[in-house]
Order: sequence, then C-alpha cells, then structure tokens
Amino acid sequence: MAVLARKPRDLADVKALLYRPEVRQVAYQAALLAALAFAAYWVVNNVAANLRRQNIASGFDFLSRTSGFDVAQTLIEYSNLSTYGRAFLVGLLNTLLVAALGILAATVLGFVIGIARLSSNWLIAKLAAVYVELVRNVPLLLQLFFWYFAVLKNLPNPRQSFALPGGAYFNVRGLYLPAPVFLPGFGLVAAALAVGTLATAALWWWARQRQALTGERIAVLWPALAAVVGLPLVVFLAAGRPLEVDYPVLGGFNFQGGVAVMPELIALLLGLSIYTASFIAEIVRAGILGIPKGQTEAAQALGLSRGLSLRLVVIPQAARIVIPPLTSQYLNLTKNSSLAVAIGYPDFVSVTGTILNQTGQAVEVILMTMGVYLAISLLTSLFMNWFNSHMALVER
Amino acid sequence: MAVVGTATTAPPRPGGPIAWLRENLFSSWTNAVLTLLALWLVYEAVAAVLGWAVLHATWQGRDGSDCARAEAGACWPFVNAWFGQFLYGRYPEPERWRVNLTYLLAGAGLVPLMVPRVPHKLWSSVYLLAVFPVLAVLLLSGGIFGLRHIPTDLWGGLLVTLVISSTGIAAAFPLGVVLALGRRSPMPIVRSLSIGFIEFVRGVPLITVLFMASVMLPLFLPERWSIDKLVRALIMVALFSAAYLAEVIRGGLQAIQRGQFEAADALGLSYPQKMGLVVLPQALKLVIPGIVGSFISLFKDTSLVLIIGIFDLLGMAQTASSSPTWLSPSTPMTAYVVAGAIFWIFCFGMSRYSQMLERRLAAGGERVVAKTAED
Repeated sequence: MAVLARKPRDLADVKALLYRPEVRQVAYQAALLAALAFAAYWVVNNVAANLRRQNIASGFDFLSRTSGFDVAQTLIEYSNLSTYGRAFLVGLLNTLLVAALGILAATVLGFVIGIARLSSNWLIAKLAAVYVELVRNVPLLLQLFFWYFAVLKNLPNPRQSFALPGGAYFNVRGLYLPAPVFLPGFGLVAAALAVGTLATAALWWWARQRQALTGERIAVLWPALAAVVGLPLVVFLAAGRPLEVDYPVLGGFNFQGGVAVMPELIALLLGLSIYTASFIAEIVRAGILGIPKGQTEAAQALGLSRGLSLRLVVIPQAARIVIPPLTSQYLNLTKNSSLAVAIGYPDFVSVTGTILNQTGQAVEVILMTMGVYLAISLLTSLFMNWFNSHMALVER
Repeated sequence: MAVVGTATTAPPRPGGPIAWLRENLFSSWTNAVLTLLALWLVYEAVAAVLGWAVLHATWQGRDGSDCARAEAGACWPFVNAWFGQFLYGRYPEPERWRVNLTYLLAGAGLVPLMVPRVPHKLWSSVYLLAVFPVLAVLLLSGGIFGLRHIPTDLWGGLLVTLVISSTGIAAAFPLGVVLALGRRSPMPIVRSLSIGFIEFVRGVPLITVLFMASVMLPLFLPERWSIDKLVRALIMVALFSAAYLAEVIRGGLQAIQRGQFEAADALGLSYPQKMGLVVLPQALKLVIPGIVGSFISLFKDTSLVLIIGIFDLLGMAQTASSSPTWLSPSTPMTAYVVAGAIFWIFCFGMSRYSQMLERRLAAGGERVVAKTAED
C-alpha cells in the first residue's frame, strides 16, 4: 500500500526535478561541453591525419633552424643565416615600431581635428567634419594602397629627389634623413641629461610639498629648463661636441649615409595615422562635449585661471571619458598595422607568413602570431581595467 | 540688464549674411586668420581635385600610353574599360543580368524594410532572410533551370563585396546576440566560453583569422571535404564581426534596468520570451548606432579578402591598376579613387540611415533626445 502510494509522487519528483533551473543549467552545460569535446577530438584527429599525409613536422623545433631569407628592415642584427626565432623577433619589432610611431601621429592629428570640429569658426569646424566623414568611410586597406601605389610609387627617382630642409631627401626609394653619429664622450652628455631630469623631478616634487604645506607657489620652470637643457648643453660643449651628423649623399644610383626610411613604412604610417585620427577626433569631440559647461563656470567662479581650470577641472574629467575608447583605438591601430603585408612592409604578420610558407607548419606559426597579438591586447585590457578602477568616479 | 515693469521684447538680433560672417568666421583676430588659412586650404584642395579630375584628366584613349603624359590627371577611359569588372569581377558578360536581377530582388526586399512608412515589415524580413538568399544563390551560382554554372572564383568586384558583407551581416547579427546573451548567462561554462571566444577574436587582427581560414581550416577538416574559398572567407568574416557585435549588444543589455528582467520573470515568461519580447527590443534599440557602426566596419573589412586571393571591389581595382594595357602613372590613383568613392557611398549612406533611424526611435520613447540640426 505504502509502496503503491509513493510511486506517482516519485514520478512527480522526477518531473519537478527536470523543471528546476539548476538541473537544466547543468544539463545544458554538460551537453555543450560534450559537443565541444567531440569537435576538438575530431579536429585534432583530422589535423594529425592531414599532417601525416602531407609529411609536415610538428612542434617548435623549427624556431632554432636557419631562416635563409632576408628581411628588408631590421631593427636588430639579422641576416639570412639567423634563426626563424630571430626572424619572429625582427618582425615583432617592426610591428611595434610602426605601432608606436602611428599612435603618436594619430593622437596629435586626432586631437587637432577633434578640437577643430568644435571650433566656433564655422569653416574650420566644417573642414574637420569633412575630413572625418571622408576618411572613416573608406577602407583602410584602400587608403594604404592609395598612398603606396598611387602616391609614393609616383615620386621621382633618386637623381630628381625632392630636397627637404635640413639635408633630407625624398624619392621613390623612400625618405633619406640625416643621422646623428655619437662619438665617444657622448655618454657624459646623456648622463648630464639624466641628472638634469632627476633634479627637475625632485624640484617639482619639493615645490608641490611646499605648496601643500604653506600655500606658497614656487616657479619651477626656469630652474627646470636650466637643469634639463642647460646642463647637458654645457657638458656637450665642454666635452668637445661629441656628436656629428651623417648627411645622406647621392652616390651612383642611390643615396649613401644617413637613415633610409623605406616607402612601405611611410605609406603604412600615413594610412594608419590618417585613418585612426578620424576616429580619435570623434572620441575627443565626445569627451569635450561630455563635460558640462557648469564645470568650467564653477572653476572660473573659484578664481582659477583659464589654464588652471583646464588642467585641474576639465581635462581630468574629459580624460575619464576619452581614455578608454582611445586605448581601444590604439589597439585597433596596432592590429591594423598587420595590413602591412599587403604593401610589403616586413611586419610581424608578413614575416610569419614567409616562415609559414617555408616551413609549412601552419598550426604552430598561426598560433604564435595570434598569441602575440592576443598578449598585446590582454596587456592593454589589464591596463584599462587598472585605469578604470583608478579613475572611476568616486561617489558618496 | 534691468528689467522694469512692463514686458519688453528683446532688441532684434542683427541678421543678414554680414552679421553671420562676423559671428562665425571673423569673431576675433585669431579666428579671422584661421578663416583665411582655411579658405586657402579649401582653394588649394578644390583646385587640386578639379585639376586632377577635370582639367588635366584624359577623356579619350585606347590604352595606358594615352594617359601617360606629364602632369596627367585622371585616366577616365581606363575606368570606362574596366568599370564592368569593378562591378562584376570576372563574371561572364552575357550572364551579368543575373547579378543585376539579384540586386533588384534584394532591393525589392530592402526598400520596403528600410522605408519606415511601408507596412508589413515582418513579411519583408521573412522574404529577405528566407526566400531571397535561396533565390540569390540559385541565380548567381546557377547550374539548374538551364542557367550556366558560374564558379565563385569568377565572382568579383562589388558583387563579392556585397555578397560577403550582406551574408556576414545576416550571419553575424544572430550570432552576436547569442554571444552577448551567453556572456551574461548565469551558467559558468556558457559564460566563460562566450567570453573566451569574444576576447580571442577581438584580440587578433582579421588578417590572421583570414589566414587561418585559408591555411588552417583545410587542415582541420577531413581530406575529402573541400570548402569553397569564398565560403571560408564568409564564415570567418561572420565569426569575426559577431564578436564585435556581441560587445555592442552587451552594452545595450547592461543598460536595461533589473526591473525589466524581474517584471518579465514575474509575468512567468520563459527565457526566450523574456529576452525576445522584453529585453532585446529595448537593448537593441539603445545600441543602433553601435550596430550600424559594426556593419560599416564589416563592409570596409571585406576588402581584406583580397589578401587571401578573392577579388572584391578593392581587389579588382588593384588588378585593374596593374593591367599591362593601361599601365601609366595616373592609373593606380584613378582606380583607387573610383573604388574609394563606391565604398564611401555605401558606408556614408549606412551611417546617415542609422542617424535617421535613431532620431525616429528616440522620438518614440519618453526621453526625447534633442538633436542639433547639424547632424
């Protein structure tokens, strides 16, 4: 009797159990995991079979083998006798170079245009708006091709180079800049610069402490200039000017001496910075518009000068709005620099592409490439999280 | 100003063009200098563009030698000769009507969907999402009903750009919604998988993803499976955009107040009902600018497929500009300007449409967003 009575209740219990959200969630996730595990197993099996069939080695041994190819621009010592691992590093440094220079140029241009868009001058504001709408609605790759194939490839040959002020030359082979040559003894000048910078930092810190304690403001500018510019200058003259400039000179069919900047790098920098600047301009505009007028007025009511009210009231608040999207634009620029492969600048993706073609080890090479970009992104987002927690609005 | 007793009207503001000029262009000395500088810049730019496109341009010619004068501007006969390929790639000429018919069929669905006044949006979208893709594949690829089969490696130009971007948008949007919901799911495995996918894809350049499609995907699949190159690119572009869309949509989801979720729960709605009827309609509306922004990026990003050997609009411009018959210093510039103009029209059109949509939807809600006339 008791057994019979329990039966339907058990069934109801089971049914109720099926309808419990926790149980369902576990079931869904178990099914998902099983499907994924099966897919992973299938893919790994296929890769193994395909590699066996094509006779491709696996593993990272190739990194220590001789690469056998040349790279057009190397920031560290490299030749075709160096290893694949070294080639990776060369490519990575080339990418970092273009990213750093591009970020600098895009920031300056973007801020100028963003501020110009808010100008009270109608014409200036309209011009900035036209720039933004024109540039950001055309694919970056097209702009890179434009600069490289349509503009830089049409420059004159070295014999008819454009001479730029300061002894630089610009032609179809690239930009030739005078290069500084550091003679022995320049170390002293560098040391003097370091000492001057440290002294300035100490002075600035002391002046701040002093102002916090007594309210007295101490002018730091002149002593700082003396320490940062004057001291190294004196040492430079005393050490007998241990610096020479190596000017590029036309010899034979090309320029000798100086620093040669390859046209691929120039095209890439032009394209990346002009394109990214249009996005940065919009971010800057939003940041400035995001600060209510009352904030400036309150600062003025407190008697702060225009410069101080900008520095102490407006910019810190605008930075909170501007910096997160700005960082993501910097990240975009870094990732977009991989388009270099299309115009032949030896960036990271381009070098790893060559390595891939030579070794055939697609899985390892692509994983390494993606890994490097992922690491850069993750480091940036770590910084962003730190920044957001540091700068977040503290409310009562 | 002292306001005394009776209400007085404000003194009339000085009107007319002179006052406008004074206020907007010459309000101070620095502004006057800036205005003159800007005028000079405008003059130089207009002169350069006019000189290139009209005054120094080549209008008649048979090959590149006609355009290879010194100081030569645009090479228009080259555009004339190649424009068909810009639009259709190597799609055989007698079959191009099929592409045009496909565009027409797309327009028949898109226009009623996009013009706010036309009713029956549901049917338009059903047609666009379910009927049109089948028709388009049959028409473009052929092989049945007596239509000649055209393999995808003959597709090219604007056709490929539009195929990749529209399929990408159609596939990326639902995937993006799923990923965004997954990222906010209470289930830890679902959540961490979504986060992992989104962060991975957003952390790497599209180019490496496309390389992966062209070199790694064939390794992942059994030997006898071969996926069309265009389809591989399509899958990768869609997955890539889905991750970016997911982040945009997550922003919208985060802006929905808790009360909305709780109210839906209190009404006894199931999860799909809660999301589909209550949360998503509000969340998506909030992030329309972001969604359209993602679509515009996707449209521009399709140009990257040329790196893995698919000839989209930019790829055709690239091929055309290096064609031996039209070799001249002014050919590349002409090709890129024309391709750039086509891209620009699409992207600018999309962004303007989104602004219109935003204004309309904002007007429907309680919070009317005041818009300046300028934008």
